[in-house]
Amino acid sequence: MPALMTPLAITAYTATSAIGHGLAAQLDALRHERSGLRPNDFSSAPLDCWVGRVDGVEDASLPAALAAWECRNNRLTWLGLNQDGFLDRVHAARERYGAGRIALLLGTSTASIGATEEAYRRLDPDGGFADDMLRPAIHAPHSLVGFAAAALGLEGPCLTISTACSSSAKVFASAERMIRLGLVDAAVVGGVDTLCDSVLFGFNALELVSSVPCRPFDAARNGISIGEAAGFALLERADVAPAAPQLLGYGEASDAHHMSTPHPDGLGAELALRDALARAGLDAAQVDYINLHGTASLKNDEVEAALVSRSFPARTRASSTKGFTGHTLGAAGIVEATIALQAIEHGLIPGNLGGSTPDPICGEQFAWHNEQQRVDVALSNSFGFGGNNACLAFARAGFAA
Amino acid sequence: MNTLRVYVEGVGLWSPQLADFAAFTSLLAGSMPTLPATRPGAATLPPNERRRAPESVLLAAEVAGQAITMSGRDPATLACVFASAHGDQPITDYMCATLAQAPAELSPIRFHNSVHNAAVGYWTIATGCLAPSTAVAAQRFSFGAGLLEAVSQVLAEQQPVLLTCSDTAGTQPLLEVTGCSQPFGCALVLVPGASAASLARLDLTLTPRLICTELAEPLAGWREANASAAALPLLTLLARGHGRCQLDAAATLGLQIDMGSIA
Repeated sequence: MPALMTPLAITAYTATSAIGHGLAAQLDALRHERSGLRPNDFSSAPLDCWVGRVDGVEDASLPAALAAWECRNNRLTWLGLNQDGFLDRVHAARERYGAGRIALLLGTSTASIGATEEAYRRLDPDGGFADDMLRPAIHAPHSLVGFAAAALGLEGPCLTISTACSSSAKVFASAERMIRLGLVDAAVVGGVDTLCDSVLFGFNALELVSSVPCRPFDAARNGISIGEAAGFALLERADVAPAAPQLLGYGEASDAHHMSTPHPDGLGAELALRDALARAGLDAAQVDYINLHGTASLKNDEVEAALVSRSFPARTRASSTKGFTGHTLGAAGIVEATIALQAIEHGLIPGNLGGSTPDPICGEQFAWHNEQQRVDVALSNSFGFGGNNACLAFARAGFAA
Repeated sequence: MNTLRVYVEGVGLWSPQLADFAAFTSLLAGSMPTLPATRPGAATLPPNERRRAPESVLLAAEVAGQAITMSGRDPATLACVFASAHGDQPITDYMCATLAQAPAELSPIRFHNSVHNAAVGYWTIATGCLAPSTAVAAQRFSFGAGLLEAVSQVLAEQQPVLLTCSDTAGTQPLLEVTGCSQPFGCALVLVPGASAASLARLDLTLTPRLICTELAEPLAGWREANASAAALPLLTLLARGHGRCQLDAAATLGLQIDMGSIA
């Protein structure tokens, strides 16, 4: 059993996805049950599916000083950092603590692999990269974090976490450990993934992509809709911001089962959930809302619905918001963390968009449409390939477990 | 800045020139160790997986298995931090080349092997490990940044952690941007306290100064040929049994490491 965790303050957060730039747009889409999915207009060759594409990424050019980092993923990163005053909040923290006392820990599944794909589409006649693509930093998994470190002027610990679809949930755990040990005073966490051929054709090859908008937990669900997103949060010690929402706990565990399908009994997912509850000092009955991983793949939803049924009372509300954003892969953890935080802030349980004929395996916990109620404690589940599971626990300021 | 103290219980190492940490130690002592097999053996993986797994997975599993064997610990219980600067370059090359020509023909197996956490995924499956596992990257600072993440897990959770850092070689045209021309991998089993299995005590301090320890022959140039070989100054300390080195943990952050003997 992990030790009880001292909560951390989340002093700023933001998200940009197919349902809009920044928190106000996200809340508006959630309130009106408006999906951001559209027919695929992205891949370099036709692919019959729906995608959660962010509008305006193409226009979000980087400042001249950062031009060497130019690529779609870093454009989305820059667009995301510029929402909700997040850049200013990081600059203020940098003034307060010093650039070397803030960690930068971001998750991504594919970083800017889209730029490497582009380089391969237009190789020079001699078979090498074109001159404008000879930028080593954008062809590495660390591209996102290298760019963000330069854009934010941070000089502390700086790490890419890339565990597929749990990446930007696990960053909260790494940040908490570094703050607890006194290595840093604050941490910028989050994640970014952008649409690219690798994930569209890759998940398609695995027969995991639906040709219709994804239907999480629906009896007729037949696969995911891939999305893109950028999201960030600033974590500090709770005593500096007693009015801010809090990270109460986190859990991480491995399935030890299969590279691309979850453990049939949700073993790792349940271990991560128990670990998060124990660290947060919570009983399952105290959880008001769970934002589920709910990808709309046959297996994930079956395993996760069973986990919810056996772990929580009917009063705990649960939903997947992948029907809004699509599955934003390495960015899913942070996007859904911000939705959990908005659930607390606005008393909004987002409905499980796309689940019009609920799978009978789903229990009474499922919120098929929006519900308005006070939320003190919200969890967020994120599960990735390789059997990599994470669960985050958030609470309203001043909540005492 | 406080000092981070951890203990090393196991070391793994593989390159085309060096089969293990003992070979590395004898190389430093001036002898010519026997060359390893052309592919890492990765004996921890079941035979089926060993046949199917890409070289990046074999390399990480090989060094992880060596370190675990030396430590005598049960791998099923160890949290894992697997670092790599570039992930699986041959798969990146295959995927980008296929996507440029015939995207609908992309191999599903190669796609799921392309995730950065493929190696740690195979490892946890092979060892029945339910503990937390992570896959990290930080360009040419991947070893230092991965070490810092592993040490923070050891100390914050008071648990042993298996750290690996490995990269295989790339081919053109990707090689021109990764610069990774030689395979290299290493692994450490790091624990919070001294025990009969302790090999060394490490005291780590974060420093804003970037002065990466120089590498003498025959190791000079290895770091240029593989980002994971940034571990060599620390591996040299472990082979010699004493001393101090400095690694880069980020573009603006150094990691000073003092090695002490086990009291």
